[in-house]
Amino acid sequence: MIKQELKNIDELRILREPVEGEMLVNMGPQHPSTHGVLNFLLVTDGEVMHRAVPHIGYLHRGIEKLAEQTEYAGFMPFTDRIDYLAAMAANQAYAMAVEKLAGYVVPERAEFLRVIACELNRIASHLVATGSMAMDIGAVTPFIHWIREREYINEITEELCGSRLTYNYCRIGGVSHDLPATLAGKILLWLDHFEPIIDEFDRLITHNEIFVHRLADVCAISAQNATGYGLVGPNLRASGVDWDLRRDKPYSVYDRFDFNIVLGKGFRGAVGDSYDRFVVRVLEMRESCKILRQALVALPAGEIRSKVPRVIKPPVGETYAAVEAPRGELGYYVVSDGVSSKPYRVKIRTGSFTAMSIIESLSKGVMIADLVAIIGSLDVVAPEVDR
Amino acid sequence: MWKLTQEFIHKFIPAFEHAWLAYIAGALVAALALLAFASLFAGLASYVERRIAGRIMSRVGPNRVGPQGLFQFVADGLKLVMKEDLVPAGADPILFRIAPYFVFAGMFGTFVVLPFGAHLVAADLDVGIFYLMAITSFVVLGIMLGGWSSNSKWSLFGGLRSAAQIISYEIPAGIALLSVAIFAGTLSTQGIINAQGGLPWDWFAFHSPFSLVAFVIYFIAALAEGNRTPFDLPEAESELVAGYCTEYSGFRFVVFFFAEWANLWIMSAISVLCFLGGWKIPFVNAPEAYSGWLWILLGFVIFSVKTLALVTVVMQLRWTLPRFRLDQMMNLCWKYLIPGAFAALLGTMTVMALFSWDSPAGIAIRFCTFLVGALVVLYYIWRIVANYRADSANYKKLTGQSMWYPPWRLP
Repeated sequence: MIKQELKNIDELRILREPVEGEMLVNMGPQHPSTHGVLNFLLVTDGEVMHRAVPHIGYLHRGIEKLAEQTEYAGFMPFTDRIDYLAAMAANQAYAMAVEKLAGYVVPERAEFLRVIACELNRIASHLVATGSMAMDIGAVTPFIHWIREREYINEITEELCGSRLTYNYCRIGGVSHDLPATLAGKILLWLDHFEPIIDEFDRLITHNEIFVHRLADVCAISAQNATGYGLVGPNLRASGVDWDLRRDKPYSVYDRFDFNIVLGKGFRGAVGDSYDRFVVRVLEMRESCKILRQALVALPAGEIRSKVPRVIKPPVGETYAAVEAPRGELGYYVVSDGVSSKPYRVKIRTGSFTAMSIIESLSKGVMIADLVAIIGSLDVVAPEVDR
Repeated sequence: MWKLTQEFIHKFIPAFEHAWLAYIAGALVAALALLAFASLFAGLASYVERRIAGRIMSRVGPNRVGPQGLFQFVADGLKLVMKEDLVPAGADPILFRIAPYFVFAGMFGTFVVLPFGAHLVAADLDVGIFYLMAITSFVVLGIMLGGWSSNSKWSLFGGLRSAAQIISYEIPAGIALLSVAIFAGTLSTQGIINAQGGLPWDWFAFHSPFSLVAFVIYFIAALAEGNRTPFDLPEAESELVAGYCTEYSGFRFVVFFFAEWANLWIMSAISVLCFLGGWKIPFVNAPEAYSGWLWILLGFVIFSVKTLALVTVVMQLRWTLPRFRLDQMMNLCWKYLIPGAFAALLGTMTVMALFSWDSPAGIAIRFCTFLVGALVVLYYIWRIVANYRADSANYKKLTGQSMWYPPWRLP
């Protein structure tokens, strides 16, 4: 029984005097399915939740403040750590912001290499997202299969830039390494191998009736709610909002590729439910494969880095550049004071942070098992929330 | 088995005249033999399950301790036994300590009536099936006690889920077994096996389409009672950390998991003895034929092969399927399985009343049902083979290497 309107109660008061018939459970920060270190304060009546209050900040490393202490080019490795599953997108967005601020031109080959690396990284990130979501629902095998496929991507990126996870691949004005001669063929070979594996994954888990019943119609987010809460990326598209930065605000060379924007159509339930968010990610992997094939064929010859001074001092000004990262729009707002070789201010906008804000409103009246599905389907990654 | 051990004692220790001493000694020997069997099976099942899981997930699995990692379970058991036996702060110490033994008692008690061969049974009780249903309820008591006394909210959730689940699923399981009891005219486990034949179409599962349904319902319900995927809600790792055994460590944890893996044998053995002909050898139907040791041994082998086949299916299910939600699990039980079990019971009774066992129509029904069952099994094998072939072709394309490893060897 809820005796009072819970909305108005201060969280600390809930902690001290729980309402009769309610139970207070701390989920995390060391809980298996909180994807890193998130903490949820659950107010439940048995298994049915009345409220789930997310507590963030366990992974706060002050990356935005660190940016003010480091030179423009030196901040690049820190961007890897914003989202360890999609480091390339964070690299690219920061490089784009500084290039825009200082007016550097990026060679075409470098743009293509960035796109190739980003799309590989998008597949890797969606592999973890969909796989760990399946694991949250209780199926361990799909996750391990996906980790196996991700291992191939890790090997490819290791050959490309020397790193498997935190790439530090982009440079202001280009990329760090050129594509090795044999790697294009390897990526194409892997793509030939990977697309049938997606079919197998669909047979194993996407069309599994238990799985569908666990996710369909669970916590549907309407298009209005999704835009209202500022959801981005696959979460937004799953709700049926046709918005993708790659097409709608074309950056890099994305306007030269032919690919579809996957929208949630209510594949097995309501539009924008957890199952839609899952399927949208699986289908986006197929689209990424398409982009990769086109990019590898169209890859032009030429420089991979333009001439950029050693010490970058952009003129006074401010700019915002964003990319479509696997977890949605990832943008940097960079302010330069024109004198220093360090940014005056860097503000980072990430998708997981806004996705966290909707969890509290979604979690009313669902079961604990569904909360796990929500967290998994929104693809919240803790370091991206806290930065 | 009790009769056999008594004969054994009288033969080798002639001075052993007191009947009650012989009785106690016989019971002790039988209990020790069963305990040895259960522990060995639980340990090996944990090893085999991990190897099967490794296969399914395309990883290696345990392969370090002993030949092919065969002694991994011994190493794990020793490690856990040597761990500190922790009782969390605020826990109810007595109930917390005693809970694993309830689970163990519930599991081990079933071995009393489980037959292994023609005369290989500790006690052929007249109320065998009834006893099985009753003694397994001990498990839920232990899990509830463990969940409640741990002073952890996740444990409490696990315990309550488990109580709800096991108590609900005992009903369809009981009704499905009731149809077997009606068919055999007895509750004794040996009696049920004796009522069936050695050939597949003489098994009770293929007695009529309804008994096939009863078999499937019993198998699903047994999965749920054993907390196996897709019904592993009580220990749902991603939701409840580890459910009722979150706070357990060391030896008590071993006891919980010993019970879980020994339960694999129990659920499969009950399915085999009730539905799949038990230890009956094909073409050997007369009970007096099963008097020689060789025949008993052959029966034991047949029984074990059937049981282990079912155990493998359970393991494959565990590593393939996701988990139900609490309300879906209850829906499945109360809305589908229980009405289904009642329908199967009525149908079986109708078929029994209309067609006698040896009438041509009865044999025809049995044979057709068997064909349906065989087709399902063939389809299952075909799916595995087809998926394997597609996978290995794909793997060869990428790496140039073959994916095949013999089942007894891993890289």
